[in-house]
Amino acid sequence: MQQFLNTALTGLTLGMVYAAFALALVLIWRSTRIVNFAQAPMAMTTTFVALVVIDAGFSYWLGFVAALLSGLVLGAVLERVVVRPVEGKAEINAVILTLGLFIVLHGLAAVVFGNRYRSFPAPFGLEGLSVGGTTIALNGFGIFTIVSVLLVMALLVALFRFTDVGLRMRASAFNQEVARLLGVKVGSMLTLGWALASLVGSLAGLLIAGGSLVHPSYMDSVVVFGFVAAVLGGLDSPLGAVVGGLVLGLSLSFVSGYVGSQLVALAALVILMLVLTLRPGGLFAQAPERRV
Amino acid sequence: MTELELSGITVRFGGLTALQDVGLAVGPHQVHGVIGPNGAGKTTLFNVACGFVQPDSGHVVRRGERVERLRPRDLPGLGMARTLQGLGLFDRMTVLDNVMVGADHHARSGFLGSLLALPRAGADERALRDRALRVLDDLGVASYADRFPPSLPYPIRKRVALARALVSEPDLLLLDEPASGLSAGEMDELGDLVRALTARMSVLLVEHHMDLVMRVCDEITVLDFGKVIAHGTPDEVRNDPAVLAAYLGEDVH
Repeated sequence: MQQFLNTALTGLTLGMVYAAFALALVLIWRSTRIVNFAQAPMAMTTTFVALVVIDAGFSYWLGFVAALLSGLVLGAVLERVVVRPVEGKAEINAVILTLGLFIVLHGLAAVVFGNRYRSFPAPFGLEGLSVGGTTIALNGFGIFTIVSVLLVMALLVALFRFTDVGLRMRASAFNQEVARLLGVKVGSMLTLGWALASLVGSLAGLLIAGGSLVHPSYMDSVVVFGFVAAVLGGLDSPLGAVVGGLVLGLSLSFVSGYVGSQLVALAALVILMLVLTLRPGGLFAQAPERRV
Repeated sequence: MTELELSGITVRFGGLTALQDVGLAVGPHQVHGVIGPNGAGKTTLFNVACGFVQPDSGHVVRRGERVERLRPRDLPGLGMARTLQGLGLFDRMTVLDNVMVGADHHARSGFLGSLLALPRAGADERALRDRALRVLDDLGVASYADRFPPSLPYPIRKRVALARALVSEPDLLLLDEPASGLSAGEMDELGDLVRALTARMSVLLVEHHMDLVMRVCDEITVLDFGKVIAHGTPDEVRNDPAVLAAYLGEDVH
């Protein structure tokens, strides 16, 4: 029973991070139809920004905020400068572009931050909390992870549902031509979409790094899990991304806990194949848009 | 002063000349119709008027001022709005949200204001919502405000699309085939609606249905093979030999 509970808690924490990462992918896919493979090295880069700030003697929280803000800026700049020229062109252009960005950011990070493992602090204890005398697999940082991802998600929902900017972002994502006709500055909305996605990705990067080691490639496996989670949810649905992330986190945790940790990556791919075979549109597939 | 003037418009697509030296003028509180057989260039002319297509020569004049390189997103700022043949409603947004996207962008608070949900942004948000609801109500479809377009019958969706164009309070409305897919009764209602709109704005109309065009238009421009072949009041156009020849066999009356 205790092992079950602990495995579930580990899966929940991990699933939250995958959910955040998947959400970053979905935000970009929805508005620009681009799968942003560079999301992983982008998040890695901003985590290193946090590390530089912390190593300079500032607090963890200042580093945390610096990483999120630099994520916002990095996303906006990349969309404006690098991605804008391929928007609306053949899909393969964008795929190759984001893969290229992946390699470039990796290379730059190795040059600037060093190609070695460095430890990254956590703001809260990593000791498991004890409940009724037993120690459970949920620590202060785990709670922080869950709360911060939920908070960011709630803010995003509020932005999209209840603000005018969110309304115009949704309109731009659904139909750029019509949105333009209605006076929406579609270009700015796409930039903002990339910036927000990059911010959410940065959060995932910080949460993975907390209390662990960072290296220019430390996020690379997460992009695979985040992608699987996003596809699970249907790539188009933010809610789907969150549920996909949680399902994947829990499944992988149980595989790791009860079958064998070496099978985790394999299990992720099996889940991906099952979903693509049984429900190609993802668990939250919406009916294809009707073209009148 | 004319609300909109298109003068000397020529558009070529590769070797094909879609429009050649086409001109028309829409006066204040007028309904101006553009008709012509299929492939005559009506839609291309419309696309020039809303900035989807840049003409190879000629220009768009709005209230006496030349508009250089008109872009679609400039329309609301110029007091213009356009509906689309395919309606172009956002399927996964409610009817109310659809209309709110079209609402006047001047009234909006900036980027940061809305992001931080400042009180002013909240007030703007309510103002936009009220205005969108009022326009839906004017068109008799306010009861569908919370529904999603794919779940609604086509005539209702057409009204929603029209509401979205009207919510920015344009004084020049471009209507692209507003009658397609409507029954005879619905078309009569549409005719009355378009006439009523002239109290507040001018209308440029592209339409296939001759009876509607003849009934609502003050002036008509007839295109054939990318050129203007006739222009005048419905009565003049109806009896023009060139028009009868172009529509050979079709019912112009």
